[in-house]
Amino acid sequence: MNRIDRTFAQLKAADRLGLFPYLTVGFPDLDATEQLALAMLEAGADGIELGIPFSDPVADGVTLQHASERALSNGASVSWALDVVARLRGQTDAPLIAMTYYNPIYHYGLARLVQDAAVAGIDGLIVPDLPTAEASPLLPAAKSQGIHLIQMVAPTSTPQHLEEVGRIAQGFVYCVSLVGTTGARAQLSDRLPAFMKAVRDQVSQPLLVGFGISRPEHVAALHTIADGCIVASAIADLIEATPAAQRIAALSTYIASLRAACEPSAVASA
Amino acid sequence: MTQDPVTTSHSETFRPNAPFWHPGLIRTIHEQGVDGHFGDFGGAFIPEVIVPAVDDLRRAYLEAREDLAFWRELDGVGRSFAGRPTPVYLAERFSQGLGDIQVVLKREDLAHTGAHKINNALGQGLLARRMGRQRIIAETGAGQHGVAAATVCAKLGLECVVYMGTEDIERQALNVYRMQLLGAEVRPVDSGTRTLKDAINEAFRDWCTNVESTYYMLGSATGPHPYPLMVRDFQSVIGWEARRQCLEQFSHLPDAVVACVGGGSNAIGGFMPFVEDAGVALIGVEAGGSGIASGAHAATLSAGSIGILHGTRSLVLQNADGQILGTHSISAGLDYPGVGPEHAFLKTSGRAQYVSIEDEAAIRGFRLLSSTEGIMPALESAHAVAYVADNPQRFAPGSLVLIILSGRGDKDVNRSLPFAETL
Repeated sequence: MNRIDRTFAQLKAADRLGLFPYLTVGFPDLDATEQLALAMLEAGADGIELGIPFSDPVADGVTLQHASERALSNGASVSWALDVVARLRGQTDAPLIAMTYYNPIYHYGLARLVQDAAVAGIDGLIVPDLPTAEASPLLPAAKSQGIHLIQMVAPTSTPQHLEEVGRIAQGFVYCVSLVGTTGARAQLSDRLPAFMKAVRDQVSQPLLVGFGISRPEHVAALHTIADGCIVASAIADLIEATPAAQRIAALSTYIASLRAACEPSAVASA
Repeated sequence: MTQDPVTTSHSETFRPNAPFWHPGLIRTIHEQGVDGHFGDFGGAFIPEVIVPAVDDLRRAYLEAREDLAFWRELDGVGRSFAGRPTPVYLAERFSQGLGDIQVVLKREDLAHTGAHKINNALGQGLLARRMGRQRIIAETGAGQHGVAAATVCAKLGLECVVYMGTEDIERQALNVYRMQLLGAEVRPVDSGTRTLKDAINEAFRDWCTNVESTYYMLGSATGPHPYPLMVRDFQSVIGWEARRQCLEQFSHLPDAVVACVGGGSNAIGGFMPFVEDAGVALIGVEAGGSGIASGAHAATLSAGSIGILHGTRSLVLQNADGQILGTHSISAGLDYPGVGPEHAFLKTSGRAQYVSIEDEAAIRGFRLLSSTEGIMPALESAHAVAYVADNPQRFAPGSLVLIILSGRGDKDVNRSLPFAETL
């Protein structure tokens, strides 16, 4: 059983939201990722999303653009990211999900990529510039290796797209919470509940909300409308703002605060 | 080479007063790309948040493409506002010393705003209005597309935001001021390589954020479907006019069409109407920068490999890890690591050939055409001029060589000054 499916089964049984923080591999330095990921799992994360940096990340706001640029100048690459995954896999059984743009994996070779990713221990793959209509080469390749190619939906998605995602999605569905790029926001979009209801009507797979989620109260507001969340830019911002010696402690505290908001007792009244 | 115009399948082009382009013409000849694919190239690799907007755009364009009234309106504003048709000019003094070839210039430098970019901006501006969009975003490298977009927005009363890399802002300061005069807001882009590639990234991010109100007026024949198709169709007025003008003035088609290629819009517009004429050689000239071996160039078709950039599968300049490389060219308009997918198709199918010209040769071409003809080409177009000037032996004796002079060079005078003493 894919670790993502197993984790969502456990979350459902516990009636708890899943917490999937994101790290850009190689940011802030090449050796940081492994330690940061393990600390976040220790602090209560249910799985880790690992961003493989790309030179031209069109779906990302300034925070993750900057993290990508830094990671690339540090020397991060697809094969280096797979090595990080393999090392992490030796130390955890939590889901590890890779996020990257299409060109680096296309250039690596799709068949070779999914094979190497499966060997390293990747459970899911998110490719934000690969819409469902263009996914036909990667989808069966990933499936053949037991890797879930994660489908994305956005507030602008058509009913036809939601219906198709409901038919083909595996693992979970990545729900882009807002119309825009990645980046921490002060508030959740007020269109989010209606959007999530429209998704839920068509999609029975677990729903993870990402883009703009940064605070425990954002997470707490998701209990009735989603199955968990992805937190990305807020973590990169925190890493950037914290001196190296205090990073692990600061990140652990932050993840623990988000995790508390995932508990069933934290259901937001608002 | 001679061809009797009346016997071609495109005879409607040659009726007096007929529009230079219309859906009948495009439909019968240019179905290539209507489904978004040019052989193995093309497609639409974009975030889900803008997929519905790109779908809407595709539907709206394919509908407009079949609507004679749309093309009549475009033809009308092309004539009254943009100065179309632009002439084809026999460059006699320039041709002297090139052996037995005749060089003719398609004078897109005489189009309104000084470059071919106005053809596409007008077409997309009319489409945006037809779709009811009030806010236009665009990217620009040399500033020529930004100026064209700002011009069309001023004419149509639309809001205009232009993204431009800070390095390009520095080397094309005059065009920044022109855009501002035209009422556009120029937003500097300070990420990545600070050039056209990053301006396109930023325009996509704006579109992801404002997709419900905004029309993205992409400036080259690249990007997700339908842009490569649409921009080619709008720019094909260059080739259609030139085809008719060559037949009228020289009684035969040109033996070769030569155009510079960055993203490739003037070239694809110049090539397309000749693609089915097997006797017409199609030659694209890329920016060789400091030389392909140096790595400091923008010769995507000559030195690139298959990849996905800015929504399309084409050839790109990338490293072993699939990261897009920085480029170098003296000409901001060619300084781009991707290229339109139809050029990748024309290259792999062998129908067109692609060569490169280095910075210094381009400067020589710039000066040569200025001093022999009194026509100052844009540094972009100067690459095509330099290729012909440096390689006349590659054309058969008696050849009629058509150079697409994509724009005027006033914007580049400052840029060429540092070379004044060395040449």
